[in-house]
Amino acid sequence: MDWKKYTSAFVITSIIFFTAITLSSYFNDKRIDEIKSIENTIAVDILSLETEFELFQELSCDRVAEKPVLSSELGSLGQRLNYTERSLGTNNTEVMRLKQSYSLLEIKDFLLMKQIAEKCDNIDPIFIFYFYSNSGDCKDCTKEGHVLTALKQKYPTVRIYSFDYHLALSVLKTFISINNIENNLPALLIDDTVYYGFHSVEDIEEILPELEELQKIDEERGEEV
Amino acid sequence: MTEIIAYTMYTLLFISLYFEVFLLITFFEWQSYNKKRASYTTQKQLEPSTTIIVPCFNVENTVVKTIHSLLALNYPKEKLSLIIVDDGSTDNTWETVQQFATHSQISLFQKENGGKHTALNFALNHTTSELVGCLDADSFVDTNALREIVRYFDDPQTMAVTPAIKVHKPRTLVQYIQKAEYSLSVFIRRVFSHINTIFITPGPFSIFRRQLFETVGIYKAAHNTEDLEIALRIQDYDYKIENAHTAMVYTTTPETFRKLFRQRLRWSYGFIKNIYDYRHLFFSRKNINLGFLILPFAALSIFSALYFVSVAIASLLGNIISKIIEVQIIGGSAFIGSFDLFYINTHALIFIVSAIVVITLSFILIGKKISQEQQLWSYDILVYLFLYGFLTPLWLVKAVYNVAFSQKTKW
Repeated sequence: MDWKKYTSAFVITSIIFFTAITLSSYFNDKRIDEIKSIENTIAVDILSLETEFELFQELSCDRVAEKPVLSSELGSLGQRLNYTERSLGTNNTEVMRLKQSYSLLEIKDFLLMKQIAEKCDNIDPIFIFYFYSNSGDCKDCTKEGHVLTALKQKYPTVRIYSFDYHLALSVLKTFISINNIENNLPALLIDDTVYYGFHSVEDIEEILPELEELQKIDEERGEEV
Repeated sequence: MTEIIAYTMYTLLFISLYFEVFLLITFFEWQSYNKKRASYTTQKQLEPSTTIIVPCFNVENTVVKTIHSLLALNYPKEKLSLIIVDDGSTDNTWETVQQFATHSQISLFQKENGGKHTALNFALNHTTSELVGCLDADSFVDTNALREIVRYFDDPQTMAVTPAIKVHKPRTLVQYIQKAEYSLSVFIRRVFSHINTIFITPGPFSIFRRQLFETVGIYKAAHNTEDLEIALRIQDYDYKIENAHTAMVYTTTPETFRKLFRQRLRWSYGFIKNIYDYRHLFFSRKNINLGFLILPFAALSIFSALYFVSVAIASLLGNIISKIIEVQIIGGSAFIGSFDLFYINTHALIFIVSAIVVITLSFILIGKKISQEQQLWSYDILVYLFLYGFLTPLWLVKAVYNVAFSQKTKW
């Protein structure tokens, strides 16, 4: 038996396998780095807006109205995070940390926009909080995700915040507790009311008739630009 | 469950890749050996007496061309005989071959239908030549094919030599797929020959020493795959089977999927049944390469093919269903999206499968090169790489089913 040939074939095959796994790991690391970079950018943007608003309160109202920031960046970050979670698995530690950071950024964004809305008459954001699960206990969550993606495309300035219901994050647990959101997913929190189960785009438009008004404002802004 | 599927997938991929790497190393080893051999091999031309048997069953449209290609062989006329055996044809095959009735090199026989192996055995009883071969009546030989083959009989251990089989004038998509497949077989048979692990002596123009049949016995029915069974028997007797990759034979292949399915079902069923009959060759120390690698891998490949395609189809169906749900919810915008490098699939599986495809591609190209194909890069490679993997499991499933439920196959 030509042991040398059998062994050489094994070694070469192992090298090819190892290279494939290393390449895959390299690209996954690049993805995570990109997400981290985006999160850092968003964190700085939020901090910058917070600081600016505290320093120049009235002027900032106009600046925020002229250039609504973060909504689309957060959405894009959310999609990338979603894809990475599907690729690397829900148990990946790095992905979990990024999800926690992302959820914190979402809450931070919400608090800042709420503060701005209270002080600025020309800004009246619409908030939708979406609670889902990736643990296999929510059969309609994928469908609801598509609905909210479509809603976001139709109304770009609507602020949709997605949260993994089971995420180990104390501030999220507190938020869920305060709003009495049960483990009956998918769940939507709109104007302090929780809606359980699947809701289509039309259902949400019925719940929020002000969306139509928001669309007109967005179109007018689009024409001015 | 997902983990079990993943581990099984990676294990099978590792084995598949290992097999391909092994074949590639063996090929380079043969190349090096062949160069050295060419420098010291004598140029003495061997011309043993040879009989070619042409078993016929309803081949009135092709048999004449087959016989003419044999008569045109570049070989001494007095050393070459043809035996045409009409195995109870129901068309005009017998009438068609009468035009050769008075030819000095040709003997015509007609018998009751009993299957190809009975026609071959009948002819074996009517020849005394040193070498005996067979050519299916829908195949044609290159003029130098026999000369290229007999060279390998200079080794007294060699009992059989197989040719390089190519597809004759492909026209349909199914035939082009087979064209690449046959080029791949040219490579595989060349490599197998170097380590004496050929386990199929194809019907078209495999040549044997006639004395072999006195030692190992005549052809058997062998589940309608007598070419496979005789090769396994030769291996069982520890004889040598060589491959003449420059001996070109052209065969007419099935032009429709239905006909291809029928043929491959017979081959797959015959393969499973014959390797079961010869299961003692598995892990036999008599021929370690055959027993420990080639035959086990060939057997495993049935399961692997079914497994890979099942997983691929399940994944594809899952994606289609997800897309349908998405379209139902958000309409046509589900198909609109901008290209983003972030979302390109870079799973390790993609790279491993790519490596396997690239190596398979190299096998096909090498097969074409060594069999002196004019055009290496052609359309058949593309259709083979993209489509063949989805066709194979269809007849494998049926073959496994037939074996499991004892249902025989037909020609």
